[in-house]
Amino acid sequence: MPAPEPPVDLDTAEHGALVHLPRVTDDAAVPTDPRRSDVDEWGRSERMRALARQLYDPVYRHLFRAEWEGLDKIPTDGGALLVANHAAAIPSDAPVIMHGIETELQRPVYGLADNLFKSLPFVGTMWSRVGGVTAHPDNAYRLLREQHQLVLVFPEGSKGPAKHYSQRYRLRRFGRGGFVEIAMRAGVPVVPIAVVGAEESMPILLNIPQLAKAFGLPYAPITANHLLFGPLLGSILYLPAKFKLRVLDPVHFDIEPDLPRYSKSRVMDEAEAIRQQIQEALFDMLRTRESVWFG
Amino acid sequence: MGRRVLVTGLGTFWGGRVAQALERDPSVEVIVGLDSYEPSVPLERTEYVRADESYSILARIVRAAHIDTVIHTFLVVDSTMMSSRKMHEINVIGTMNLLAAAGAAGSTVRTVVVKSSSLVYGAQPEDPVWFREQTPRSKPPRTRVEQSLLEVEGYLRDFAEDNPHVLVTLLRFSNVLGPELTTPLSRALELPLVPAVLGFDPRFQFVATEDVIRSILFVLDHEVPGLYNVAGDGLLPWSEVAAICGKRQFFLPPYLTGVATAPMKTLRICELPPETIDLLKYGRGIDNRRLKRAGFRYEFTSAGAVERFAQAVRLRGTVGDHEPQYRYQRDVEAFFRHSPAVVREEPAP
Repeated sequence: MPAPEPPVDLDTAEHGALVHLPRVTDDAAVPTDPRRSDVDEWGRSERMRALARQLYDPVYRHLFRAEWEGLDKIPTDGGALLVANHAAAIPSDAPVIMHGIETELQRPVYGLADNLFKSLPFVGTMWSRVGGVTAHPDNAYRLLREQHQLVLVFPEGSKGPAKHYSQRYRLRRFGRGGFVEIAMRAGVPVVPIAVVGAEESMPILLNIPQLAKAFGLPYAPITANHLLFGPLLGSILYLPAKFKLRVLDPVHFDIEPDLPRYSKSRVMDEAEAIRQQIQEALFDMLRTRESVWFG
Repeated sequence: MGRRVLVTGLGTFWGGRVAQALERDPSVEVIVGLDSYEPSVPLERTEYVRADESYSILARIVRAAHIDTVIHTFLVVDSTMMSSRKMHEINVIGTMNLLAAAGAAGSTVRTVVVKSSSLVYGAQPEDPVWFREQTPRSKPPRTRVEQSLLEVEGYLRDFAEDNPHVLVTLLRFSNVLGPELTTPLSRALELPLVPAVLGFDPRFQFVATEDVIRSILFVLDHEVPGLYNVAGDGLLPWSEVAAICGKRQFFLPPYLTGVATAPMKTLRICELPPETIDLLKYGRGIDNRRLKRAGFRYEFTSAGAVERFAQAVRLRGTVGDHEPQYRYQRDVEAFFRHSPAVVREEPAP
């Protein structure tokens, strides 16, 4: 009969060296996760995103020939709220910004969009697979504060793309400043981006409010593209306007995050100041632009 | 002195399961179950009282049995099970009567736990990806079941305000999946082809039946009052849910979906109520972190719940339904519980 092993003093034993303690098992069983797809909680699929990047790259490079200025001002880590002007009947600026940042900085960008997207079959699903998220303060907060992501938002909403060509590069109202409040609450900077080129890629010649009402859309325009390419192709083909994007200095709000309430007047002032900055940058860029098509 | 618990809906899936779980808990002294239907699962020491959903005898039972805890599981969340009038009677009128009895003068009730549903959040394109407990729904309720559950929650809020000495816990459960539970979604997933809405692939969240029962016991044990979402971690697209179940999808038109599903209902293939169609278009996620912060640990993620459900369906498909069908027999139950001839083990001191 083998001699019993001498008792080991657990307190003095070298940590994990001498004694084989039974492995500590949690009370609850380890949750299993038999996922089959890579669709994340936001509906984004990195595989779909990669495919979309591949398909979109020629558009980005050869049709719009996007050119960035100040891309280094976009933080390489941590959350930030990207804010840009919004234009073209079917906005061409969101994919350009998202594609540009993802390919240049290797950071995913989540684009906040009107819930109209989500209610449209196919469009809504595709949009969410490539990084679109319904614009809801909770979504923005979670992405920015808890997941430290880049979030793109167009504070003009649908008023930007809905404007007539004669109003190009004149920024609409920046909503009710909700984007500033979210950035304050999430404790992240706002990074303004001025985009030149989108306006001319699908300019609106005529708005038909009756048609918009009939289909429950925010606006239903006739564009130059419709005249050139017909009603169907004209709704998806862009004119080859030269894109120039200027990233402005990030705006840090010196204010405590997670407050239950932020001063509405401060929020509105900050929103207006950011709007002014983008507006001035646009005028500056347009002054030096020699051609709509060649920049 | 142990808890003296009253469970509503003892004849339903949840009432029976909750009572079974309570029986295993030695700190629970008395379990009284109400329902107009007999229990569908074998119970050892639960006392079954036949009562309709108006709970007219409830105040007397509470007084007579010194009930201190009410677990209200009898809320209808599957609107295909009955007419909306009947559902209104059970959910709204039933809860109203129950709370009136629990809050009556001299009532011994100190804890009320209500099993509600994430249906109260609705499913709309405007919704956030995750609903927190305090996030309001995006649009007013459209469906009867949502309306009735919101009314129930309203009564419960009033009750909690009027009875500050009572711990009131409201649990909102996500889509529940389990091997033995039938819901509109489980029926859809058991079809040879899983219905989906063309052009939509929303993200779904699930909670396993065990986690539902465990969460109810958890809030009893830890005495956590308030409002809690109960749902497994993670969201997964409906197409992936079908894939885990090993099924292909068939597609319903994205517009007039309700009209298109009417023949399916007539032919008894599958009934998709309007709240399920909304879900098949827009999905819904509820933030489960508040209950986790209170200390609850889930056994299953959303995907885990789906996988286990799929395995159970597969097994049933192969070996058939061999569940021993329990039938409640009043005389037999009374004999085992109360006859002096039965030698009962003394409860451990």
